[in-house]
Amino acid sequence: MGRLLHFMRDYRKESILGPLFKLLEASFELFVPLVVADIIDVGIANRDSGYVLGRGGILILLGLIGLASSITAQYFAAKAAVGCSTQMRKALFEHLNSFSYKELDSIGTSTLITRITSDINQVQTGVNLVLRLFLRSPFIVFGAMIMAFTIDVKCALIFLGVIPILFVVVFGIMGITIPVYRKVQGQLDRVLLHVRENLSGVRVVRAFNRQKDEQETFHADSAALMKTQLFVGKISALLNPLTYAVINGAVILLVWTGGKQVDSGILTQGQVVALVNYMSQILVELIKLANLIVNVTRSLACLSRINSVFDQEPGMREGTCAGGEPAGTVPCVEFRDVSMIYQEGAEAALEHVSFQAWPGETIGVIGGTGSGKSTLVNLIPRFYDTSEGSVLVDGVDVRNYTFQGLRQRVGVVPQKAVLFSGTIRDNLRWGKKDASDEEILEALKTAQGLEIVEKKEKGLDEEILQGGRNLSGGQRQRLTIARALVRDPEILILDDSASALDFATDARLRKALREKKTGSAVFLVSQRAATVRQADKIIVLDDGKVAGIGSHEELYKNCEVYREICLSQASAEEEKAHEA
Amino acid sequence: MKHKSTLKRVLHYIAGYRLYLAASLLFAVLTVALTLYAPVLTGDAIDYMIGEGRVDFGALTVLLIRLGVVIGATSLFQWLMNLCNNHMTYKVVMDVRTEAFDHMQDLPLSYIDSHPQGDIVSRLIADIDQFSDGLLMGFTQLFTGVMTILGTLLFMLSVNVWITLVVVCVTPVSFIVASFIAKSTYKMFRLQSETRGELTGLIDEMVGNQKVVKAFGYEKEAVSRFDGINKRLEKHSLRAIFFSSITNPATRFVNSLVYAGVGVAGAFAVIRGALSVGQLSCFLSYANQYTKPFNEISGVVTELQNAMTCAARVFEFIDEKPMTPDAENGPQIEKAEGRVDLSDVAFSYTKDRELIRDLNLHVEPGQRIAIVGPTGCGKSTLINLLMRFYDVDEGRIAVDGQDIRELTRKNLREQYGMVLQETWLKSATVRENIAYGKPGATEEEIIEAAKASYAHSFIRRLPKGYDTVLSEDGGSLSQGQKQLLCIARVMLCLPPMLILDEATSSIDTRTELKIQDAFAKMMEGRTSFIVAHRLSTIKEADRILVMRDGQIIEQGTHESLLEENGFYAELYNSQWAV
Repeated sequence: MGRLLHFMRDYRKESILGPLFKLLEASFELFVPLVVADIIDVGIANRDSGYVLGRGGILILLGLIGLASSITAQYFAAKAAVGCSTQMRKALFEHLNSFSYKELDSIGTSTLITRITSDINQVQTGVNLVLRLFLRSPFIVFGAMIMAFTIDVKCALIFLGVIPILFVVVFGIMGITIPVYRKVQGQLDRVLLHVRENLSGVRVVRAFNRQKDEQETFHADSAALMKTQLFVGKISALLNPLTYAVINGAVILLVWTGGKQVDSGILTQGQVVALVNYMSQILVELIKLANLIVNVTRSLACLSRINSVFDQEPGMREGTCAGGEPAGTVPCVEFRDVSMIYQEGAEAALEHVSFQAWPGETIGVIGGTGSGKSTLVNLIPRFYDTSEGSVLVDGVDVRNYTFQGLRQRVGVVPQKAVLFSGTIRDNLRWGKKDASDEEILEALKTAQGLEIVEKKEKGLDEEILQGGRNLSGGQRQRLTIARALVRDPEILILDDSASALDFATDARLRKALREKKTGSAVFLVSQRAATVRQADKIIVLDDGKVAGIGSHEELYKNCEVYREICLSQASAEEEKAHEA
Repeated sequence: MKHKSTLKRVLHYIAGYRLYLAASLLFAVLTVALTLYAPVLTGDAIDYMIGEGRVDFGALTVLLIRLGVVIGATSLFQWLMNLCNNHMTYKVVMDVRTEAFDHMQDLPLSYIDSHPQGDIVSRLIADIDQFSDGLLMGFTQLFTGVMTILGTLLFMLSVNVWITLVVVCVTPVSFIVASFIAKSTYKMFRLQSETRGELTGLIDEMVGNQKVVKAFGYEKEAVSRFDGINKRLEKHSLRAIFFSSITNPATRFVNSLVYAGVGVAGAFAVIRGALSVGQLSCFLSYANQYTKPFNEISGVVTELQNAMTCAARVFEFIDEKPMTPDAENGPQIEKAEGRVDLSDVAFSYTKDRELIRDLNLHVEPGQRIAIVGPTGCGKSTLINLLMRFYDVDEGRIAVDGQDIRELTRKNLREQYGMVLQETWLKSATVRENIAYGKPGATEEEIIEAAKASYAHSFIRRLPKGYDTVLSEDGGSLSQGQKQLLCIARVMLCLPPMLILDEATSSIDTRTELKIQDAFAKMMEGRTSFIVAHRLSTIKEADRILVMRDGQIIEQGTHESLLEENGFYAELYNSQWAV
């Protein structure tokens, strides 16, 4: 809540003026029954047509003033609501950008996207409604009561009794139904899941002949949903009849008491009509208030979800160091007894890993699924922090660098080939903001991606659709490799990034990288022995532990895990090599 | 026109609950009549209190008691009406939903494969939900709304014609104003939603790929691009929201015009003696109520139209042609020996593109058949035909000499164990997933199957072991782990024939090596069809089928095919040898 107010700070004027104008409108509305009472008591009683017309004019005037103030109020409310959500959206987006991989993993990106889109929209609606109605409705309810007091205290006491009863009825029913509606939503989600699952798994369901069972589960879920709907329907169906009964019961009392007061000359006929009118105004506003509360609760739920994202502190603080030791004097990457546990209680993804990589070296990283290959390379640009031990780049602990200082030294080609909408040039400039076309083409050449650009009519200006939909997997992958090469990084990391390339292209790529030899340290992560075998140094990982470090020949001789990997992939070339 | 036939269908569903419908209509008539009667009674009551000492308490008491009864009855009838409507709506919707789901299980795979999953899901969930909302609103508000308007008019006419005319003439103004505003704000809303879409697109990219953004230090640029669109959105939103929010004050103003008109005209009528003060008060309360159902009805009509469109989409789904029914009283295979014959098979997914033609294949019991070929050569199609996910266009497929179209699909599929490249798991416990093909399996059998497929050790490490509930599509399991579970699922059933389509593609090579042993054991004595890309798997097959453009162009063993030096040899040299 405090945070919301913070974002409304710039719209203080609008947030105050909006509700005030709304109150103005409401006050004019409250005068209407009094004017009508005058028509009856003065105009009709004295048979004064001029007076009646005059009062009719006042009624229209009241309506006009009401219209003007209400439009003003709508404007201020809309301005404050839209402005506040705009600022909130921006702040949230900036906040997300400060998250480390760890927070991104634990919250999940799809959740974050919902928070920043639909949740914020809902908050905007909530703020708008609150500014417009939250003061107005209670004001009319209590205003009507106060007006009643000005007419006759005895009759007004009925108002005093009825309002709490109405509150209890309306909010009692809502208090019961809202949690049940949440349950309905949960059951609907189950039904949805069931449909989706049966579609994506249609072949399996049919192969195992489980259609009948799936139908039965669905019928059960569907019936459970209906039962809950019926139950909650029964209760919420009470709302209208009950409030109607309470209000009109009050009208009976009012007419009876009014009758007595008229009989003793305290009230006039017109005043009784005014009292009855006030009573019906209360009902209308109370229903509006109830709807408002439903909406506001929903917005509050969204707000608290947004807040929980804001409350998530970025788990990493950047250091201050911008540069490390000069190249050549120290290893460009060094792991000192590094262990990594993603979550407390989980098994270690990496245990006691130590190695050094010098400029110009190619380091192969190999191992089975889940052996910790990606974890290892993700520690170098400090996407995650180690649990134990330290990672040094150019002789400096990665935790001491600024993010910018560290990451501009590293070129990463992630497993998933992600491109962004924009031209090919825009995408490749992610690597280096001011890269010239020559630099870009050079990088493409090394990445075996020159032909992609050459084939395109507009060359580097070719637009890439969102997610790179207009490119094949192999093309995307080569472009992501080029993107990392453009910055001519000190450390190049290829995280299993040749998986979509055919063998021949993969081989050419590795050859080009070797020939390029610019003093970069290259990390090649792969499951394929053929990919890493020519590396200067191969790190073999098995269940998070280093099973061996060395050249292909050494490892093939001494490391059982490595030999097994090689044999299981037994390519013709391998066999030949070892038969010979 | 289309709505008409849809409406007919909807009515057909409702007909099952016609008692509720009749009761609902009856209660609606009663509720409306009584609701309109109450202000008349109140008005009469006011007429009994003319001034000091001139209040007729006897008559007042009778009136108020009557009013009390009327109010009590109104509330009761209204509640009962709501109950009937709820009952009808939710039951009808459940009927439609279950029918649609049941129908989904009877649809041929050709339909499911050729329609986007999101489209079918939205028909079964979102459309039905919308239909339900519309139906409920229609039941509760449309009929009572129309009744209220008609009733009010009748009552007003019966009391005073001229005042009624005032009301009838001024009310339409509020619609004109409302529709004028709606029309002029349409463009602003479109701009808003376009900009919103643009922003969502950017968020999707930047947040969805936040890791890449981080890796390249693109955060600042992302924020500044975001800021630009966000500012534009602010501008467009403000206009759309503000201008559309004028509707309410504007119609309220028109209502207050009606109110003033009735007040003045009524007062003149009272002065002329054509009306009593009580009747005037009654008129005023009608004037307040009269415009409300109008506003509601226009909303309900849109909602109903929407609901009908949704219902039409659902019905369209339900009307899709189901699979050809299984042959009745046909032959049964107890446990297949595993002889499979394809003779002169022709098949295509679409009429204009022939895929498979003149396909002949004879497989002896227990043979291991590997299928290789480039993407799109018809490997998966062959599996679709063997499992009878699709029916052949020409020729026949037979198992143990029996045309598979004469068997029931259930009987045929029981003979096969299938592991596909796309791992599919249910959102259920690990145990239920393994036992998916054999729901009655014992704990020992399940654990044994898990052990045989090397899934046991990772399952044990899951938070709740075999009772761990997997979320949709396997949740946090790795692709390889999911594949192991799919293998365990088949290991548990051990049907007489196997189909393995890239069954181990996501498992790391060392684990795969171990699984191969288990597979080898499983394949012993079982006819197996294997689609694989790993050479080791292919080499061990009894026969390799080389497919290209829907044809088997070569077949033989690894050695004989290499000797032939044809397409296989070419494939072999380009793919496996570097």
